[in-house]
Amino acid sequence: MKILVCIKQVPDMESQFIINSQGNWFDENNLSFRMNEYDEYAVEQAVRLKEQLGGDPDITALSIGSGRVVDVLRKALAFGCDRGVHIVDPDSCAKDPWQIASMIAAFAQTEGFDLIFTGMQSQDRGSAQVGVIVAELLGISCVTTLIGFAYDNGVITVKRELEGGVKGVLKLKTPALVTCQLGLNVPRYPTLPNILKAKKKQLVAIPVGDMPHVRELTATCTIYRPRKKAGGLILEGDVGIVADRLMGILKECTMVMK
Amino acid sequence: MKALLVCEYREGKLLDSSYELVAFADKLGADNVLLLIGSMAEVPRVNSTVYLADAEIYGEYNPDLHKKIVLAAVERENPDYIVFGHSSWGWDLAPRVATALRAGQVSEVVDIVDGQFVAGICNAKLRRTVTPKTDTVVLTIQSGAFNFDSTRQGTPLVERIELSEVIPSLEFIGYEPSEAKSVDLTRSEVIVSIGRGVGKKENVAVISALARALGGELGASRPAVDAGWVEHCQQIGATGQTVSPRLYIACGISGAIQHLVGMRESDFVFAINKDRDAPIAEVADVLVVADIMQIVPELTAKFLKTENTFRQAG
Repeated sequence: MKILVCIKQVPDMESQFIINSQGNWFDENNLSFRMNEYDEYAVEQAVRLKEQLGGDPDITALSIGSGRVVDVLRKALAFGCDRGVHIVDPDSCAKDPWQIASMIAAFAQTEGFDLIFTGMQSQDRGSAQVGVIVAELLGISCVTTLIGFAYDNGVITVKRELEGGVKGVLKLKTPALVTCQLGLNVPRYPTLPNILKAKKKQLVAIPVGDMPHVRELTATCTIYRPRKKAGGLILEGDVGIVADRLMGILKECTMVMK
Repeated sequence: MKALLVCEYREGKLLDSSYELVAFADKLGADNVLLLIGSMAEVPRVNSTVYLADAEIYGEYNPDLHKKIVLAAVERENPDYIVFGHSSWGWDLAPRVATALRAGQVSEVVDIVDGQFVAGICNAKLRRTVTPKTDTVVLTIQSGAFNFDSTRQGTPLVERIELSEVIPSLEFIGYEPSEAKSVDLTRSEVIVSIGRGVGKKENVAVISALARALGGELGASRPAVDAGWVEHCQQIGATGQTVSPRLYIACGISGAIQHLVGMRESDFVFAINKDRDAPIAEVADVLVVADIMQIVPELTAKFLKTENTFRQAG
């Protein structure tokens, strides 16, 4: 069995974002990067399936981006993936979901994976498109937003998260692509021996020029900060003084204090 | 300019979000036709053409079939825009339709400005404007971003859509209901909520002390529930409860849209957060930039003291 996990490296969402000089993306300097949260659930689920099947599946972790994305590939290898593939593309952040998905699909086409795991969306762009487009381009079954996954002899039973706490239960057969949601599993912390082992695992770099190029279907023009709520007040500084101000506001503006 | 609005239907009912699509099309200035995979009894009350495919045959969630139904409606109408709600159904189906048509897709649109679509990035901390580069464009719109008139009435012109051959690759087994709500937060006047920023389970007691002091209930965002700090029945947001208290205090909640949709109808919102750029600031009347573990006990103590003074005076 061959498994592919697609992972993206994204900025830590707690970061202070600064808009770049062109005004069309955020400045990458001084940002710390990490594995996209939803992709961690994808890696964890792939590794759990490998463990369930006695180590048989071969797991490839794929990431697209500049040199820094090697960090998340190493992390995926420390989770238990078998090899990493890095499509080296310094401009990946300017590409739209269609262009990214086309590269992944082109790679997957040559390898013939039985199962592909992705996150349900990225934390930065949040388009929730790439996984589904990959599946459609490959012509394989696809379910999104998984919070439950069970595999038995080529048949996958999944639980999707719907609105209002309702879940949808479905069955599908491999080959398939599934996108993973918060709540599917609790990703492990890689152990030191596994981190060391990961350093010896195969990591292949593919220049983006070797991948087929398709034109973008959507373009990001500008990015900006949303306006804060009109009249919204910001309080900071000495805790005692701030608490006093809050008490005053509670008295004036709310019904909590008579 | 024409928009095909793909309505959402679940467990036998048309979802209200379908009318938000109409509000969106109005703002876009597009003529609209609708598509419902549902039942005759649930056809939306609009003065437009509504294509109806029977959910008894095509299922409530069956993306292979639903994609083909949407494409059949596209072929008849040749719309400029194909619009879905950004929901578990819409974000699943929209990219399938977009791929089939090689159409550009913009996800989770919150606004239209000068003909460009606006969407959030980085947990809604930033916004971006997007221009589609294709003649046909697929859109998913954020729930709650385009307000609809719930009193709208109309007489739809219903046209049936049927597919000739039906071979789905997914087998829909059924729905699992949400867990019973043992805490009903929908009627609470005061809610103090915790998020990931609270840090650890041991810190939750400090926040619940404030909730108790204010005579309110403890709520939570999704990550706090998933971390096991509180029960699922206390969750507020898209996959939890929708609340509208007089006072909402968000402690360590960054303000992901999934949470905001559950609490933005609150009368007055305090947000306590270390990060002044957290998107919760967008809905907060007062943003307190501080360490929760310092400010919350201070506030609780001051509040209890004032209450006691009142009681003694009374």
